[in-house]
Amino acid sequence: MMRDETVRLALAPAGDATERPISIAIVAMGGQGGGVLTGWVVKLAEDAGWVAQSTSVPGVAQRTGATIYYVEMMRAQDGRKPILAQMPTPGDVDVVLASEFMEAGRSILRGIVTPGRTTLIASDHRSLAISEKSAPGLGIADSSAVTDAIGVAARQEIIFDMNALAIENGSVISSAMFGALAGSGALPFPLEAYHAVIGTGGKGAAASLRAFGAAFERTVAMAETANAEPVAPAATPAPKPDAAIPRFRDHRMDTLARRVDALELPRPAAELALRGLAKVVDFQDLDYGSEYLERLERIHQIDQMLGDATASETGHAHELTAQTAKYLANAMAYDDIVRVADLKTRAGRRQRIVDEVGAREDQILHTTEYMHPRLEELAGILPAGFARWLQRQTGLYGWLDRRIDKGRRVRTYSAGWFVLLYIVGGLRSWRRASLRHATEMAHIEAWLAQAVQAAQYDYALGVEIVKCRRLIKGYSDTHERSQSKFAKVTAAIQQLFGRDDAAKWASRLRETAIRDGEGGDLDGLIKTIRSFA
Amino acid sequence: MAERSFAKEVEHLRLGDGETFKGEAILAITKGLLQAGVSYVGGYQGSPISHLMDVLADAKDILDELGVNFQSSANEATAAAMLSASVMYPLRGAVAWKSTVGTNVASDALANLASGGVTGGAMVIIGEDYGEGSSIMQERTHAFAMKSQMWLLDPRPDHSCIVDLIEKGFQLSEVSNTPVMLEVRVRTCHMHGSFVAKDNVRPVFTLEDARNSPKRDLDRIVLPPAAYLHEQEKILHRLPAAINFVRDNKLNEWFGPSKGKVGIVLQGGMYNNVIRALQYLGLSDAYGNTQVPLYVMNVTYPVIDSEIAEFADGKDSILMVEEGQPEYLEQAVNTILKRRNHTARVQGKDVLPMGGDYTVQALMSGIGAFIEQNHPHLLGNRPPLPDAREALALPEVEKLKSVVPSRPPGLCTGCPERPIFAAMKMVNEDLGEHHVSADIGCHLFSILPPFNIGSTTMGFGLGGASASAFGQKGGKRSIAVMGDGGFWHNGLTSGIGNAVFNKHDGVFLIVDNYYSSATGGQDILSSRATNGNRKTNNPIIKAVEGVGATWIREVDRTYDVGKMKKVLTEALTTKEAGPKIIIASSECMLNKQRRVKPLVAKAIKDGKRMVKERFGVDEDVCTGDHACIRLSGCPSLSVKQLDDPLRDDPVAAIDNTCVGCGNCGEVSEAAVLCPSFYRADVIHNPTWWDKFKARLSMTVVNSLQARRSRSRVAVEFA
Repeated sequence: MMRDETVRLALAPAGDATERPISIAIVAMGGQGGGVLTGWVVKLAEDAGWVAQSTSVPGVAQRTGATIYYVEMMRAQDGRKPILAQMPTPGDVDVVLASEFMEAGRSILRGIVTPGRTTLIASDHRSLAISEKSAPGLGIADSSAVTDAIGVAARQEIIFDMNALAIENGSVISSAMFGALAGSGALPFPLEAYHAVIGTGGKGAAASLRAFGAAFERTVAMAETANAEPVAPAATPAPKPDAAIPRFRDHRMDTLARRVDALELPRPAAELALRGLAKVVDFQDLDYGSEYLERLERIHQIDQMLGDATASETGHAHELTAQTAKYLANAMAYDDIVRVADLKTRAGRRQRIVDEVGAREDQILHTTEYMHPRLEELAGILPAGFARWLQRQTGLYGWLDRRIDKGRRVRTYSAGWFVLLYIVGGLRSWRRASLRHATEMAHIEAWLAQAVQAAQYDYALGVEIVKCRRLIKGYSDTHERSQSKFAKVTAAIQQLFGRDDAAKWASRLRETAIRDGEGGDLDGLIKTIRSFA
Repeated sequence: MAERSFAKEVEHLRLGDGETFKGEAILAITKGLLQAGVSYVGGYQGSPISHLMDVLADAKDILDELGVNFQSSANEATAAAMLSASVMYPLRGAVAWKSTVGTNVASDALANLASGGVTGGAMVIIGEDYGEGSSIMQERTHAFAMKSQMWLLDPRPDHSCIVDLIEKGFQLSEVSNTPVMLEVRVRTCHMHGSFVAKDNVRPVFTLEDARNSPKRDLDRIVLPPAAYLHEQEKILHRLPAAINFVRDNKLNEWFGPSKGKVGIVLQGGMYNNVIRALQYLGLSDAYGNTQVPLYVMNVTYPVIDSEIAEFADGKDSILMVEEGQPEYLEQAVNTILKRRNHTARVQGKDVLPMGGDYTVQALMSGIGAFIEQNHPHLLGNRPPLPDAREALALPEVEKLKSVVPSRPPGLCTGCPERPIFAAMKMVNEDLGEHHVSADIGCHLFSILPPFNIGSTTMGFGLGGASASAFGQKGGKRSIAVMGDGGFWHNGLTSGIGNAVFNKHDGVFLIVDNYYSSATGGQDILSSRATNGNRKTNNPIIKAVEGVGATWIREVDRTYDVGKMKKVLTEALTTKEAGPKIIIASSECMLNKQRRVKPLVAKAIKDGKRMVKERFGVDEDVCTGDHACIRLSGCPSLSVKQLDDPLRDDPVAAIDNTCVGCGNCGEVSEAAVLCPSFYRADVIHNPTWWDKFKARLSMTVVNSLQARRSRSRVAVEFA
């Protein structure tokens, strides 16, 4: 299994002189057991009487940063030990083990995965980097780019979710990766040698062996499937059969569902409408669902009118309705304390937590909620007139606010707190009369009116305005900030009316607003728009 | 000692003559010291030296048997000063630290030591943290060795060679009355390999002997006129003695043919990668049989002129392989040859990179260029070289560049420092940005996303001192951060004492996590663990009060974000004069988990009532804004995409690595974020009272839930 580059040197003996060690790079993140895996690989070689050397630079990378371990192994010859290098050389690495999918991508960028040489063994689960997590909105990197690159950069690829497999077997990812390494056949050692390295003693050895075995079998099976179907061209995914539009289980929904059918929307739009309908009925009641549909029907009617005129040139038919179906539902199911209390007291919620934390029958589960309602939120559910009066009594309002505005630890499943939450959740019947409801509905009407007005001149711009609803999210402070962003964006869009590229700018405004303060400069963009608008 | 046992490693230290040691080089070095018969060892932890310190700290029995005094020094200056025991007495001693940072701290003591010279062998183990993955400024220790005249050993990355050079290094130190440095690079320290051990040696002359018959000699003290004599001694006696020893004992090595038109001079540490580079060029086999003559400098200072000249004889050109800048060795080699009117051409940084790691790739292209220019025939039938450029140019790979996110290091799951910086970020929102001088330690991660707090870091323990220009009254106050490690390293005097004395009107935040955490969780003065060999439990507040500070606030549970915020706000706004000192304490979670996890597991197994906590997110309540993550960055707090076409943005999610520290909940409460976080407490082995209460309340819960379910329209799809 030694690699033998037959090089015709101008000098005497070539032959053995060109043997190179087997090189293995392990790319991992801190805390993933990269060190353990490295130790196993070294022991595997040493047990077989080979010389093995590993190096690494853990340094600060040990704390969630990316790091790389490097192993070289070779037989000693006539008592002469090979001289082994201390770092991987791009273009000359035999095996790369990556414990996370983006790290697999990074190893390709390091040049240590090359088509002529490298077996890439990688887990395709994601452990998100901080920039992906903290981005407002959607910041997750595109895994398909890694898949594409692996396809062209690796000689052999073994890719599956080794993390999930390890967890299923009660172990950690290093065991599964070791199994995949064994299954890959990249190293000239028999299966028993791997077993011997993991050993039978020690903490977690049994679980390690289980995860190892499962990964080994999976890898071997993958190889067999690959061999069975030689060079099958990447099959284009078959278009999904147009499955039936989902039906509600509860017959009380039938009348409303039929109104969605009557719109005769294309499937994705119809599904959005049905899900939207479900969301608002769940939020309030059947009547509220009917209100949702009235608004949607109104937009649909306009859409039909505009669509007939614009569909042929823009291809936007029903886009306005579809986006409204989605964002109107989100807008109508606004986040108030009634909704929070309702969600927290539902029966399914407790079961979900039990499953998540793995609480057993003989154990007791409690949950504590971290809530911080302010007077604004409480006043919001009071009848509109009374709430407005209260807001005008600045002295009283301030006095009350000081009593209310503080963090509260709510023991959800103690009888007292549960009853209280249950009562708040039951305030649904008051909701329509509340100040918050009045504010939200006025906001929705204004938003839809602006969208419709825009759509009549510029269909795409109308759609963009509907999508701006995405900006509104969160509670209390966050909610206020998001509303002011929404207001800024929609006001700026108003100035774009009449421009050919208005929709493009509107979309940019929205994307920038989502990232405002975290890499986006909304005010700067608005200034730019003012300069030409 | 941080609840982590190095018992297995300690056993390696017991290996006897002829037994094979297998393991990391830093541990081989530790064993090498015992084989060389050291009387005392000191040092300061830090990558890549921590392992040496940790293992010795756990090796009390062996050290006692051998009569070795081991100390975890307060800082590198302390460690260097410890070597003064070898000045008057024939005692071998070694100290270790991360360089160049540690060498900088130690410089005062080292310069004094090197001037007066030593009687017993004195050695500094230098963990040279240079190149990729380094956590410090990119500098070389070489300059320091030259300016103070300490011999610099740079062994080939091979356990036997390193251990052998420890023994030889002590001898060299003794014959030349000069302290020596043993330089080992990070990758070499962490390199797994093997060597044949020897028995440990118990020193003949002991520390007790020294104490019982003290000696003094004014000539060894840096005072005029002795100081002038020292310089003459260095030139006239110590340097020639060292040169003779290095040459006579063949510390430097020759490989390959004795003659040739070209040759390579290299630092010992470069050897392995040079061999691989030569192999790629078809000029060596894997076992080091090179076609090009090599002169390997296992001693890089002093340079042995006669050996250089001898190596250059008959060669047209030689290549100096010297990692890092400036090119001290290349200059030295040029001077040596010029003075002798030698005609060999010297190349080095003209074909090799001036700075950065000498990777195999860099060496391959540099050596290739050197031979191409001077002796192209040697390259013969040029084999194809490893090259990733073609693969990197593929459009699919090109595209990856903009996709793969950077992965900066961050605070661990449950880190007690996270809530401190979350609170600082919130206070910034109320009071505006403040100038923050940061320090070295885990808390420096505050400078990275998501916190982005901290403008400068000037050195370990110097967070306080580096704010000292901003101590006047008026305007916004500056905030200086330091860890407990930095505090005891020098921050108490350089930061706090200085601020008290100069009536500094600013805020000093001391982050106390019970250990020197960033370097692996070593005990320090204020550690709260009981340590049989050391005196711990000396509170920081007493030290701070002792130097005269008056405005002091303690937050003894950093997870109380509300309190943390309040205290910070008070410190930034109070009218009181002088430094405002906040001591924020909670145990390092990494060490706490190591300590507590087995205890909890055992208690549960024994049927004792135990509550396990972790956090979760109600995904229907979360709106996907991620403000919570921008105030946290906890590895266990992530986001996930829901299978719901109505939702655009992924929601927050907590995975099962959560340790239930409480930060998520506290932050969302203090920052008034959202009510989607909950803490789930699972009571293991509940008592009858727990069960009774739960049954009672769950009856209420279940009946109310059933009642509402009946009236609610179910919206699930069939």
